Order: sequence, then C-alpha cells, then structure tokens
Amino acid sequence: MAAAEIDIKYVAHLARISITVDEESKLAAQLGGILGYIEKLKELDVTKVEPTAHAVPMVNVTRPDEVRPSLPHEDALRNAPKQAGGLFMVPKIVE
Amino acid sequence: MLNQLTISKLAAKLAGREVSAREAMQSCLDQIERVDGNIHAFISHDAADALAQADAADKDISAGVQKPLLGIPIAIKDVLAVKNQPLNCGSKILGKFISPYDAAAIEKLKSAGAIVFGRLNMDEFAMGSSTENSAFGVTRNPWDTMRIPGGSSGGSAAAVAADECIASLGTDTGGSIRQPAALCGCVGLKPTYGRISRYGLVAFASSLDQIGPFTKDVHDSATLLGVLSGVDLRDSTSVPQPVPNYIAALDGKIKGLKLGLPKEYMIGGLDAEVKAAVDAAVKKFQNLGAEIVEISLPHTDYAVATYYIIATAEASANLARFDGIRYGARIDGNDPTELYSRTRGAGFGAEVKRRIILGTYVLSSGYYDAYYLRAQKVRTLIRNDFLRAFETVDAIVTPTSPTAAFKIGEKSNDPLQMYLSDIFTISCNLAGICGISIPCGFTKSPKLPIGLQLLGKPFGEEMLLKAAHAYEQNTLWHQEKPPV
Repeated sequence: MAAAEIDIKYVAHLARISITVDEESKLAAQLGGILGYIEKLKELDVTKVEPTAHAVPMVNVTRPDEVRPSLPHEDALRNAPKQAGGLFMVPKIVE
Repeated sequence: MLNQLTISKLAAKLAGREVSAREAMQSCLDQIERVDGNIHAFISHDAADALAQADAADKDISAGVQKPLLGIPIAIKDVLAVKNQPLNCGSKILGKFISPYDAAAIEKLKSAGAIVFGRLNMDEFAMGSSTENSAFGVTRNPWDTMRIPGGSSGGSAAAVAADECIASLGTDTGGSIRQPAALCGCVGLKPTYGRISRYGLVAFASSLDQIGPFTKDVHDSATLLGVLSGVDLRDSTSVPQPVPNYIAALDGKIKGLKLGLPKEYMIGGLDAEVKAAVDAAVKKFQNLGAEIVEISLPHTDYAVATYYIIATAEASANLARFDGIRYGARIDGNDPTELYSRTRGAGFGAEVKRRIILGTYVLSSGYYDAYYLRAQKVRTLIRNDFLRAFETVDAIVTPTSPTAAFKIGEKSNDPLQMYLSDIFTISCNLAGICGISIPCGFTKSPKLPIGLQLLGKPFGEEMLLKAAHAYEQNTLWHQEKPPV
C-alpha cells in the first residue's frame, strides 16, 4: 500500500514552524520515503492487541497536594526574551 | 595520568591522599585543552567553577568526609539541567538559556560528591545517531577524527573515550547511550525505564527517554547506577523499586547463566568484522560457563518503523514548549502565531523540523489511528516478544550497532539510512527494558571499536552488570586507548 500524500505546508503550519519553499520540497521527498517505510506496520494484524503508552504501566501516581517551595518568580523570568512588570511580554492577542 | 583513571581507581587515590581532587580535575582540563580542538566533545566548560568544586571536595576529603563520588570529575550531556550553567540541547533555539535548577540526576551526583562540569555535545534535542545534527558543530570519534562518534550522546562517549573526564552522563531514547559507547569503545548503560528520575531532563520522547552513565569499565557503571537510581516525586514515571547494591552483583559468577541469541539480529546489513567480534564474545561467554540459547524476537523488523512514529509523535508535543515566549531566542511577529512559526523555523535544525512535522502528521486528525495507535499496538507486540524471551533466558546478547563508526557526512543526507543504523538498540526502549554496551573488539583497518550489547529484564540491571563484568574481567578490550 502506498503512503498517503503529506501536505507539508499544512502540517508545518499545524506544528507552527515556518519553512522555505526549498525546505518544503526536500521534506516532501524525505517524509514520503519515511512514510513509505512505515507502511510496513500494516502487514501486522493488531485487531486484538492493546496499545502500550508506557512500558512500565503505573496508574494514578499522585503526591500529597501540599504547598512546597518552588522556583522564585525572578528565576522563572530570568530566561525570558521579553518581560515587563514581572510578566512575560507577548504580541497583542485580542484586538 | 589522572584523567585516564576509572572512578574506582581515582577514588582510591583520593581517599589515600595520594592525589588531590584539584590535580585530578586539572588533569582532565589539560586533556580537554590538548585534544578537544580536534574532538569537540564539549560545547563549553567552566574551568574556574570545576576547580572551585575540586577545592571544596579536597576540603571534605581532609575533613574525613566519605562519599561515593567525592572529587570525581563527571561531565554532562547538554540536555540535563545544571543550576547556573548553560542548557542548549545542541540547539540554537534555547539562546542564552541558563538553568535555574538542578536535574534530579545532577542533585544525586552532587550529593555523592562529584565535580559536575561541562556541557557535552549532542544531536539537537537528542535526535540523531551521529552528533552531526548539533548547532554547535560535529563531534569527532577519538579513534578516527574523520568519523562520527555515534549519537545522540556523541560528546558524552567521545569525552570518556578521550579521557577528557572520568565518566559522563548521557540519555538514551533509541540507543543514544549504547550506540556511541560502542562506536567510541566505552561502557554505556541504559537503565530500565523509570529507574532514574527524568526531572530536569529536557524531554524528547517521554515514554522512551532514560538517563544513564558512560564509563571506562563496568564497575564504574554499577557505581554510577547506584548513585543515580531511585524514585522521585517530581517524575511520576520513576518507579518505586528498591535500589540494590549493584557492586555486590559483580561477583564473576555466570556459570549456568542463560544468554539468548536472537536469530532476527543476524541481518544482511551486519558488518562481517562486527559479526566475527560478537561471535567470539558469545564463545567467550560459553567458555565462562554461560549457556547460549537461540531465541526469536519475531517483531524485530517492525521496531524502527514503530519507533519513528512514537518518538516523533511524543517529540512534536514535547517540543511545543519552545515557542519563544518564556525562554530562549525569539523572532518577533505581528501576532503570536507568526512569532511562534518564525522563532521555531529559525531556531530548529533540519532533523528536528523533520521529526516534529512527521510527529504532527501521525497525530493529526484522520491519521491518528492508522499511524500512532497502530504503532502503540505494535509496541505491545515488541514488548511481549522480550517478556516471552525472558521466560527462558537471563539476558540477550546482540551487536550494539550493525557497523563500526561511519564517516562524517556518509549518512547525513539520507535520514532513513541513519534511522536504520539504530536497528539493534531501538527495541529496548520500546519494551522499557535495560541494556548495556561494552567493548568486544576492533575492526582491523582502520582500527575502530566494536560494541557488544546485553539486554536485561525490566529492573534486571544486576544480572546485566554481572554478565558484562564477568566478560570484561576476561578480556582486555576496555583497556585500549584511542590515538588522541
């Protein structure tokens, strides 16, 4: 079975990655090849198989809901590209 | 020369006051000065900070303090947070990021007394098998600087092999510890998923990533595993399993040990010299009293495809955090979407973009069931293969990599060929079991290291280290040094 056509521009938009026209054609060829290889998984019958999300299954791992010391405000902001008034600065979101 | 010593030998000299931690650290710094221009294992290192840590260790030693790693210089892959040190993950996108806290593994090293220093080069965000995908340039194999050191923890392997540190930490998502350890001729251990806390490790594929040590022998690997292991409330996937005394397991007693030889691993692409070295190692194990059993891992052929769906899907979600808002480099835009896209387009390298886009695609509406869910089901089949095999054998023996180190540039334009070089290491992460690579020989011309991989049951590191140690005690491969 042939691999599905991948609309690189659309998927790159979903991933929020701007790509050049050159990158787009290169990625189309490379991902086409990789997806073609991945098609081999369709040879297997998996109808009665449960999926594995984690190899060591553990459920409902919790810790006490207690206030504990955490990263100081100024440390959390220290690596921000733009900040003001103790907040991260971003472009205008709402008109 | 002190930089060439193992942890156990240096620790004995430090405890006996034959040498100081400062002398040991200085010896590593001198070696970096001498060889790292060629090897480029380090992205950066802070010599003054390392020497200050050494002086503090010397003070502790004089005061009679005893800690398992007191005064031992250990270098760190650039994907683990070390407080007040840069963290770049081999990428441009983190800009001038400085870690505000220590990763759990780093806390453990520090409280064991280690000198934690340096940022070791790696494939960007641990995506690669050659360390060619770093924004900071390629790392070269100490055995032949025309060749790659393996990856993604290429810097960690090269630094240990070239004696630029006593040991190092790396991470393994599909072979990123074992494969570079094999190609550089050192010991690389990938513990069972959940054995070591991932808190403070920048995530690539959260269900596959695991931290582990690069060392000069198996004894050091056991020492570091003992220090690093244990449950951590900050990583809900770390497992509350008791931490055994791994050193005590190194008793050389492997008589009657059942070693499985998977018939599916004797594939076409396996290099003849690698095969001969692995066959000889298997013979050696037999001579030492181990029993060799042929086993079958029938879904081996599907592991690479399964891995490249699951790992890229998880990566596409994990790497969403690099958006230019809270940290790292930013390229402005007129609205947030434009800012994200420009920042990520300029900040990520080609391989990272390729994997995020593939991961986004396999998770996207209409393709999720066909790719991601199917891969998760095949992952169950692969895991079951191993659990079934471990009903009859104690450990599994394979080559670590189908070939010795390849040339820089040889596979960099063909991602699929690069992915297929991980064929022997990838299943271990999917199954969540443990694995180790140890030196088992050399190719003739050029002389390049060959690695032997041992795979063990979940939380079966004692058995793995016992077998690896017994082999090492009866061979001299691990004592060979590269011509740096």
